[in-house]
Amino acid sequence: MVGKNLSLTQSGVRDWLIQRITAVILALYLTFIVVFLALHSPLTYTAWSAFFGITAVRIFTCLALLSVVYHTWVGMWTIFTDYLKCPVSRTFFQVATILALLSNLVWGILIIIGR
Amino acid sequence: MEVNSAATETHTSSDEFVNKQLKLSIYRYNPEFDKAPYMQDYEIDTVELHGVMLLDVLEALKVHDPSLTFRRSCSEGVCGSDGMNINGQNGLACITSYLDLESRKIVLRPLPGLPVIRDLVVDMSQFYKQYEKAQPYLQNNEPTPEKERLQTIEERKKLDGLYECILCACCTTSCPSFWWNPDLFLGPAALLWAYRFVVDSRDTEKKERLAQLEDPFSLFRCRGIMNCVSVCPKKLNPTKAIGHLRKEVLAKGL
Ligand code: SF4
Ligand code: SF4
Ligand code: FES
Repeated sequence: MVGKNLSLTQSGVRDWLIQRITAVILALYLTFIVVFLALHSPLTYTAWSAFFGITAVRIFTCLALLSVVYHTWVGMWTIFTDYLKCPVSRTFFQVATILALLSNLVWGILIIIGR
Repeated sequence: MEVNSAATETHTSSDEFVNKQLKLSIYRYNPEFDKAPYMQDYEIDTVELHGVMLLDVLEALKVHDPSLTFRRSCSEGVCGSDGMNINGQNGLACITSYLDLESRKIVLRPLPGLPVIRDLVVDMSQFYKQYEKAQPYLQNNEPTPEKERLQTIEERKKLDGLYECILCACCTTSCPSFWWNPDLFLGPAALLWAYRFVVDSRDTEKKERLAQLEDPFSLFRCRGIMNCVSVCPKKLNPTKAIGHLRKEVLAKGL
């Protein structure tokens, strides 16, 4: 039997909501970036650097990064609990996903504040 | 003339279908003798049939091969016993006409996702376990009225499209979410029943019923694939019921 192991929230309602809310944030962020790129083509380093110097843009980027982590986690967790029946491989892939997502999050935040 | 081309014509000239050879391939498995399941080919002349439904074909085949095993009872789409996989799609043999099937060869398999007991007969225990979890009976903790619990016409109307389910399992066994987690995801049939009682004005346990669906599997493992809707022989819409349930659970959780 598939346990409820490693479920982030233990709640279908919360997972469902997180998936929808993060999806909206990501859609908005993507549109935002695409519009910026369209308005600033050809893109120069100065424009790019000034853009990411704006606090609001940095916050929005952090939010988008967090959204990627949560959204991917809910999706991957669903896939793992559907298709991986062996507890060892399921745990392995889940832990690997968590590590990869957290590394990316930390890395992304470092880039944003470290400029 | 082939069955195939005849099938595209209207059903009015019924004698046109006499003397056609029907070709079938049927899943056979008797765990007592067979190491593995296999597909067996059959041919039958339509003059031997007592009707145009697949159940009539199976009955006629059984006269020649009594070992062929399947479930049946009402033969009119009411009891839900003869759910099977017909040319890749779940349905009831008794209300599926061979005239409506496009392929040259009719392929019959047991309902997917449940253990096979023999040939087209599957073990429905898991399906019923999930049905049981939906607590498919009215619960009311108010004092029993002298006569009856009345509903308005509007309240009664909410049960339409829900109470008609005959528990044939065609929907649940076509649902990938059920295939992967048959012990945790209730499946479309049980969820349809869960909603049938959640929405019943005479039931007082709505909150408790909804609370049992909050985990990530029981209800929320539905991915909206809608296989359930396309196969239901009673033309019910479990996905819609699931959507309503999700809304209720969300509203309660917020
Ligand atoms: S809509 Fe939901 S219940 Fe119906 S087949 Fe798809 S996943 Fe299963
Ligand atoms: S909802 Fe339809 S397909 Fe599913 S068990 Fe009921 S009658 Fe059968
Ligand atoms: S035999 Fe009863 S539904 Fe087909």
